[in-house]
Amino acid sequence: MQHATSARSGSLFDFLKEELKPKAPFLTPFNLISIPVILGGLVLVVIRFWKGIGAVTNLNQSYPWGLWIGFDVMTGVAFAGGAYIITFTVYVLHAEKYHSIVRATVLNGFLSYLFYAGALTLDLGRPWHIINPIIGNKFGYNSILFLVAWHFMLYMISEFIEFSPVAAEWLGMEKMRKFLTKMTLGVVIFGVTLSSLHQSGLGALFLFSKPKLHPLWYTEFLPVLFLISSIFAGISMIIFEGGISHKVFASRVDPDGHENYENIVFGLAKGAAIAMYVYLFVKFVIFIHGQHWDYIPTKWGALFLVEVIVFTLIPCALFTQAYRERRLGMVRIAAVMTLIGIILNRLNISMIAFNWNSPVSYVPAVGEIWITLMVVFTEIWVFRWVVLRMPVLSEH
Amino acid sequence: MDRRKFLSLAGITAASAALTPSEAKASLNLEKQTDNPEFVGILVDTTKCIGCRQCEVACAEAHDLPVPTPATDGALEKLRTTSTTQWTVVNKFETDQGDVFVKKQCMHCGQPACAAACPTNAMDKTKEGPVIWHGDRCMGCRYCMVACPFEIPKFEYNNPNPKIQKCIMCYDRLQEGKKPACVEACPKDALIFGTKKELMDVARERIYHEPDKYQHHIYGQYEAGGTDWMYLSAVPFDQIGFRTDLGTLTYPDYTKEFLFSVPLVFLGFPPLLYGLSELTKRAQDGREE
Repeated sequence: MQHATSARSGSLFDFLKEELKPKAPFLTPFNLISIPVILGGLVLVVIRFWKGIGAVTNLNQSYPWGLWIGFDVMTGVAFAGGAYIITFTVYVLHAEKYHSIVRATVLNGFLSYLFYAGALTLDLGRPWHIINPIIGNKFGYNSILFLVAWHFMLYMISEFIEFSPVAAEWLGMEKMRKFLTKMTLGVVIFGVTLSSLHQSGLGALFLFSKPKLHPLWYTEFLPVLFLISSIFAGISMIIFEGGISHKVFASRVDPDGHENYENIVFGLAKGAAIAMYVYLFVKFVIFIHGQHWDYIPTKWGALFLVEVIVFTLIPCALFTQAYRERRLGMVRIAAVMTLIGIILNRLNISMIAFNWNSPVSYVPAVGEIWITLMVVFTEIWVFRWVVLRMPVLSEH
Repeated sequence: MDRRKFLSLAGITAASAALTPSEAKASLNLEKQTDNPEFVGILVDTTKCIGCRQCEVACAEAHDLPVPTPATDGALEKLRTTSTTQWTVVNKFETDQGDVFVKKQCMHCGQPACAAACPTNAMDKTKEGPVIWHGDRCMGCRYCMVACPFEIPKFEYNNPNPKIQKCIMCYDRLQEGKKPACVEACPKDALIFGTKKELMDVARERIYHEPDKYQHHIYGQYEAGGTDWMYLSAVPFDQIGFRTDLGTLTYPDYTKEFLFSVPLVFLGFPPLLYGLSELTKRAQDGREE
């Protein structure tokens, strides 16, 4: 273990000490914004544990779940869906074309779960009991949330194992890397199974909300809609994040990678468009079946149309057009629009159209938004740290 | 039913369609959660309530909560809901038959949404009937609050060691053989304590003997799958603050199909994915040759 390969002299300890040093310019605009946000966020976290959740949030008795669940968990997990889609495509369907983006996508997925689902501990009122559903201090077998919690945990382990060969390669542990690589297919199959269950499970959480969620959004097909939308949410996130990574970390990308990259993006655009057609079709059938025309001329109808037409149907058409005409810029616009559509959808279901008929309202507090930004920025810091050190954007 | 079938087909796995209703119910509804006529509950006859709020006082005293002063606080003037320090409140509704007073608290559902939602069984439907909260299990996720159709569980947002607060039908007093504090305090017998079966008989008898006085509906008999607290009224229930659109499905029924598909996906997906992987590998090998 302690012997690094011949490529690196000195002990593993020296190597790690060397790697801990900054590898990029420090005074960048991103750092200047993110550092105060992260430090301020830490203060808010202390206040939250000292005074209670009410000290930093606007949550109330009618809105027990707010931005931390609606955005961090509901939206964050959908955005992280890219990892299960890409590992499925590459390891199960053997579409080798996408191999070069597996590592970055899995890393992004793993960190998203770690940070966004990890931020859940801030939202738990009694986080010291978080271990209860795991150690069996009364299993809530009948609970969807019990299922989702277990799947989160198991999936994080799966993604860690999927990514581990990269870390082994970085540390120069060739034998370990080979051993971990052998586990990949098994872990991918496990991970795809878990993902399809907990992506849909997040939708199933709202099956209980029939009396509270607006009829335009409530349907017994919520799990199906959450699963399908996680496909194009994940793909759009890969396109969005990849576009930034390939600029920021250009030096870390293989020359071949750049060439291949455009082909990958167009392939992804096609995949997203197909998933969106299926989603829109299911949504359309549900709408017709539900006979909710009466709600369309209301403000809820307008919100529904903005989500479904402006930020789902239009980006779907843009993806299709961009794929046909091979226009990279248009794919990126479509991806950003899709991501906005997913944010809208998840927030509508968990916060905005939730309790639509109640006199009580909820608007996230500055503290909630601040801590959410802190979580996002911290994840980007860790992502950058790893990408600058490990062979994430290049093949071994 | 057609839409149900479509869910199973279009949903996670087609296999669940073959196995849905009866077996699923048997396996997912724990024995203690089935709607049991022997559960204890309370019948509220709103035609007898005079709004004296002695139930609120007794409740607060029994559970060490701030005790209200009904004579002077004027709380009936505005519509109230239960809170972390008020497990029960009485509201006044102006109807065409004059003022009607309605006591509000946890309904103690036969198959509670909160208990079905709870990942740690901290919300617990006891075998006697009361729904109680176990602080040593709860992790504070507040999914019970999201799930409850009556918006009853209340969370202490400004406490670093927060608790879920709600009526527990005086579970501790029941263990000692006493009646719930509110029932004992009621001077007008507007609250009757008994098993659900007994209460149903009383309610039906009252409606039968005074068919012109009462609405021919016992709120809680079927609402949300049936609740152990039930109400009689002289005016339609939607005029006195009750939701009449909750349906009669029990809460575990909403997620039954999804939960039932989980083991099937777990068993079915891995071999399917492995087979797919082998197939596409062969296809690719073939192309390369």
